Amino acid sequence: MNRIERIFKEKQNILNIYVTAGFPSLNDTVEIVLELEKNGVDMVEIGMPFSDPMADGPTIQNSSEQAIKNGITLNLIFEQIEQIRKTVSIPIVMMGYYNQVLHYGDVAFFEKAKAVGVDGFILPDLPLKTYQEKYKNLLNNLGLDCIFLITPQTPDERIKLIDSESSGFLYVVSSYSITGSKNDIQQGQVDYFKRIKALDLTNPKLIGFGISNKATFNTACEYAEGAIIGSAFIKELEKSNNIKETVKTFINGVKE
Amino acid sequence: MNYNVDKDGFYGEFGGAFIPEMLYHNVNELKEKYLGIIESDEFQKEFKHLLKDYVGRPTPLYFAKRLSEKYNTNIYLKREDLNHTGAHKVNNTVGQILLAQHLGKSRIIAETGAGQHGVATATVCALMGLECIVYMGEVDIKSQAPNVARMKMLGAEVRAATSGSKTLKDATNEAIRDWINNPEDTYYLIGSVVGPHPYPDMVARFQSIISEEMKYQLKEKTGKDSPDKIIACVGGGSNAAGAFYHYLDNEQVELIAVEADGLGVDSGKTAATTQVGTEGIIHGSKTLLMQNEEGQITEPYSISAGLDYPGVGPLHAHLFKSGRGTFLGATDQEALSAAYQLTKLEGIIPALESAHALAALDKINLKPTDCIVVNLSGRGDKDLETYIKML
Ligand SMILES: Cc1ncc(COP(=O)(O)O)c(C=O)c1O
Repeated sequence: MNRIERIFKEKQNILNIYVTAGFPSLNDTVEIVLELEKNGVDMVEIGMPFSDPMADGPTIQNSSEQAIKNGITLNLIFEQIEQIRKTVSIPIVMMGYYNQVLHYGDVAFFEKAKAVGVDGFILPDLPLKTYQEKYKNLLNNLGLDCIFLITPQTPDERIKLIDSESSGFLYVVSSYSITGSKNDIQQGQVDYFKRIKALDLTNPKLIGFGISNKATFNTACEYAEGAIIGSAFIKELEKSNNIKETVKTFINGVKE
Repeated sequence: MNYNVDKDGFYGEFGGAFIPEMLYHNVNELKEKYLGIIESDEFQKEFKHLLKDYVGRPTPLYFAKRLSEKYNTNIYLKREDLNHTGAHKVNNTVGQILLAQHLGKSRIIAETGAGQHGVATATVCALMGLECIVYMGEVDIKSQAPNVARMKMLGAEVRAATSGSKTLKDATNEAIRDWINNPEDTYYLIGSVVGPHPYPDMVARFQSIISEEMKYQLKEKTGKDSPDKIIACVGGGSNAAGAFYHYLDNEQVELIAVEADGLGVDSGKTAATTQVGTEGIIHGSKTLLMQNEEGQITEPYSISAGLDYPGVGPLHAHLFKSGRGTFLGATDQEALSAAYQLTKLEGIIPALESAHALAALDKINLKPTDCIVVNLSGRGDKDLETYIKML
């Protein structure tokens, strides 16, 4: 059982927080993740900054641009994760774009990630078919999860296919949107969450995109095993001059 | 060797659809329906009718006598510059707007660099009475004011892309994001043979009218329906794809693609993707692209905004890698000289993009018996300011 499976067995209402590696300052990420765990966050998603992040909204894109300016590299991210793993035991998922993985060398990338203590990946532009043909066996053998997105437009049949082919959890995109777009949850979204809940899927589900506070987090937890917060947290980091305080205040505000 | 797209959307190892799930439904719908729609008699009838009466096709294949004398060979110019809106771009926008209508879409989005594709899109949206939003890099908006004004006059909304380098690739990212946020009523009208499958194949098919006409025009003029060489410039690669299309399998015809070297391939200020690029994924397609050692996409440079794209379409990556295509480059300076030369010898002011294709005439061996077609992708009105400044 890997760390992701274990957390879903042991806990409910999972809070997964997204952080952009190398942001706000190059070496802040280690401290941020340590503090997130201390304040009761169940899982972290570490973003690999990319020049052309087509699934991300302006907040995450700006943080990525800043991180790239700060000098972040994949090797530095791996070093930081290695450092984080010395004390942190919650699951770590890397989120990024397929070009970065290819450029690093795909097999080398996954092996290196495993070695430093990563548990899974979210690569929004990696097609399911490419995953099945090229990476499924490799990742299974390494005990790593590949997490796929589903959206309001994904038909039930395809959701079932994605569920059966992937592992870790399903990333339920809350609405038609890039990251960080909306601030509350509408009736149409609730209907969609209910439809997915009724499918009785194998993987646990985390709802992401537009989850920003206690209210939206709680709604998400009614229909899924938890939720992912990204842009709302990045916005706090943008303003922060004290990481410890920022993390504490933000997480307490969501969880209590 | 097969140079056409396979059923999964690949040209050899290039192409495919590397897109987030949020786009899967729309791209898949296109993939399932595009051939059925565009090959139908009804569609072809409408398309050909508009190309003829609205765009002004067929465009002439003009024997450039004085240019031929200068190079001691036989040079024909395929006059895409004479199309409505001044470039080949409109062949594609007419095709895609008809497709969007067949799909029942009411809102059209597009990306543009220099504004040529934006203008061609705004034009067909005005023609069809459809809402049009064009994404354009903030930097490009400043430098291409006349085209911005044209788009607005045509009724389009021009939205500034303020992220990243604020140029074409960022405008493309913004257009993709808009599509993610508005998947139901919106059609994304891509301007070149780039993006996820089926776009590269679809755009190539719409542009293939160029070589379709070339075949019978050559036959009329020379008695043979194929030339020895076809030369076209490559930004994303749509005019080249159209000019090569019906000759891809005829290996007797040399296909010469000309990229923008900018200030020189080794200067760091270039858009010569096949020369300095490596394999990777850009805008949903596996192809050659300009990227740094971290896999971050880098900023291209060319004097010609239409060639200023850090990738090439997957068809061209395949033509390059397989050796079927000859890939050359022309610098800013070489393109300018070629443009001034054509203007003086033939009385035709070419677009700066097309001038790169003309510049290749100085770089290849030409025999007196050769028959060469240069695809003159656009006219130079939009570049007059640059031409006057650099004269
Ligand atoms: C006149 C002209 N030629 C060529 C191009 C380059 O595009 P492509 O390589 O897709 O033909 C452009 C793009 O704006 C253009 O306006």
